[in-house]
Amino acid sequence: MSVLEAAKAVASLAGAIDCDVHPPSPRRDDLLPYLDEYWSEISISREVDVLELMSFPERTKPYMRPDWKSTGDPLEAMQKNLLDPLDLRHAILNVVSGAHAIFDPYLSAAICRATNDWLADKWLDRDPRLRASMLVPFQNAEAAVEEIERRADDKRFVQVLTVVGGELPAGRRIYWPIYEAAARHGLPLGIHAGGTYRNAPSHSGFHSFLIEDHIAHTQGFATQMASLIAEGVFVKFPELKVVAIESGVTWVPPLMWRMTKDWRGSRIEVPWIKEQPADIIRKHLRVTTQPMDIPDEPDEMEKALAHLLSDEMLLFSTDYPHWHFEGLEALPAGFPEALLEKVLRTNALSTYPRLGG
Amino acid sequence: MEAPVIERPQQADQQLGVVDCDVHPAFSTPTELANYLPARWKAHVRDYAARSGNPLLGTLPYPRISPGNGMRRDSWPPNGGPPASDLDFLREQLLEECNIEFGILQPLAAGSMAFNQELGAALCTAINDWQIDKWAEPEPRLRASICIPQEDVKASIAEIESRIGDNRFVQIAMPPRTLEPAGRKRYWPIYEVAQHYDLPIGLHTGAFGYRPNTPAGWSSFYIEEHFAASNSLQTVMASMIMEGAFEAFPKLKIVLVEGGFSWVPSLGWRMDREWKRMRDEVPHVKRLPSEYMRENFWYTTQPIEEPEHNRHLYDILRWIGADRLMFSTDYPHWDFDDPRYAFKVPLEPAEKSAIFRDNAISLFKLS
Repeated sequence: MSVLEAAKAVASLAGAIDCDVHPPSPRRDDLLPYLDEYWSEISISREVDVLELMSFPERTKPYMRPDWKSTGDPLEAMQKNLLDPLDLRHAILNVVSGAHAIFDPYLSAAICRATNDWLADKWLDRDPRLRASMLVPFQNAEAAVEEIERRADDKRFVQVLTVVGGELPAGRRIYWPIYEAAARHGLPLGIHAGGTYRNAPSHSGFHSFLIEDHIAHTQGFATQMASLIAEGVFVKFPELKVVAIESGVTWVPPLMWRMTKDWRGSRIEVPWIKEQPADIIRKHLRVTTQPMDIPDEPDEMEKALAHLLSDEMLLFSTDYPHWHFEGLEALPAGFPEALLEKVLRTNALSTYPRLGG
Repeated sequence: MEAPVIERPQQADQQLGVVDCDVHPAFSTPTELANYLPARWKAHVRDYAARSGNPLLGTLPYPRISPGNGMRRDSWPPNGGPPASDLDFLREQLLEECNIEFGILQPLAAGSMAFNQELGAALCTAINDWQIDKWAEPEPRLRASICIPQEDVKASIAEIESRIGDNRFVQIAMPPRTLEPAGRKRYWPIYEVAQHYDLPIGLHTGAFGYRPNTPAGWSSFYIEEHFAASNSLQTVMASMIMEGAFEAFPKLKIVLVEGGFSWVPSLGWRMDREWKRMRDEVPHVKRLPSEYMRENFWYTTQPIEEPEHNRHLYDILRWIGADRLMFSTDYPHWDFDDPRYAFKVPLEPAEKSAIFRDNAISLFKLS
């Protein structure tokens, strides 16, 4: 790519909404100011500090872009590396945290709450372009609803966040109060790659290598979407949107085809599903663009994306600071130009109603 | 956006004949297999049952939609017994009606998934004897699979060795929902023997296993379970590639049975992308993952993929390669594919003969 072409690529991204940006996940010292006396004492005396997911460690070196390494203030680095040069309108912060995997339902609630306070204080307050997903403890639906209510007035929180490998399939009724509160406040459910290891990540147990966990995430996204559909979550909460974050994108059409075909033959089992699953998926599922499992050749890429039969599902993301692209070429070369405006802005605005106001 | 297209039904070539890579033979009575077991195991099954990861004894954990736990309604033999338990009727309804030149038997009985591994080995031996006795001996169009108790590698190899002189067995059958991911070294002796004898290994999706069917636990409904079953085949593929099984056994042939195939291109792009970034973690994987897919894997076609726009199937076929796909009916199950109507788009003559017949003839050395 020539300098001129590169400049053109960047210019076309100006004003985009980046739907997946990662601050470094907070350590104990970051969270102490936001924990009450009891939870401060607990986190100190019981060594609650590093909260990385074993299934998705933040420290995985191959995904750290060397030129984005920051030693100083991580927000300044994010501004310098991402927000300013891409001229982003908004960036949505997603903290992928061990809070999702803590067993103690009260400790996980306390860590989620403190993390959200830290996000507001150390990030959202310091750059008006930033928005955030709120962490809520799926281990404790009651506390999750409380957290949504407590933060609902802060419109800078635009979604609730969980990880794809949870304790139970996402459609189960135990989680419905969370979806009720989220839908009522215009918050999509963000499901990020990563697992809690409550269950083995494969039908045959745990993998030898991290790369296999990464590969298997699409199994999680597809089965979580299947669960949300089959259990009737979108019948009960017709406004709810689900955003699959860092999911890879092209796992979606095979799920659409398979579920629609199976539904024709087995709908007596789930009589509350009145629409074909492919249409439900197009209506309710959104997927972020990085990383994208897709051929390099522009023609083939366009064919693979055409299988979605929708131009409303893709949401632009960089997955900053993870290494999926060089320079500022955050969309793959040859990405269909006809999709750009929707992918960069419009789709995000209609997915996240709180971005608009 | 393309407009929906209505295509004419695909006609399999009636001159050539078809190879069906997924036929499920059944027992005439619940105790039929017991007659092939030694007295000790016959008594054990009677007194303690053949225990497996299925939470329900005697039925399936996700009840199917049609009678007989997911059978074609017209597949009950007129002379009695369950679907696919009567050779004469199977000949008439499947082999003659669908012009099947060869049918590969895929028994689904629980030998390979039995918790008691000695029992599992005995059940596999019994199933293999039964396949010959009841099916392959009287009907030369039907070919058998060497069922193995894969968690006991020594017993598995003994079973393979004992069948190797009988060329009515054309593949080794093991379940994809192994106790550990299929690429783990504990299973490599099986792969070594398979490569040595040039026997493909067929892995057929299963209705239950040792582990939850999603990374977030057990699904509630059959519609989810039926989809999730294909994920076990993705795990087989990713695990075997990432553990380096095909560097050790470059001629090993793996057939993924009844898991669909529309996910294959996406998984290949994903594995290649991750490998380019993380290959330091798996230095034993020397080539792009998709290259192993192109050389070491085959896929059976049923349940046929049905894109919303029929012609999108062409993209999938091209990305996978018509040399990798082999037709199957899944007789006598409810989602049976008829070779005359399964593909909703017309295929080129060369693709058609490859998918419906030639790939399987050559892979299984059928004659």
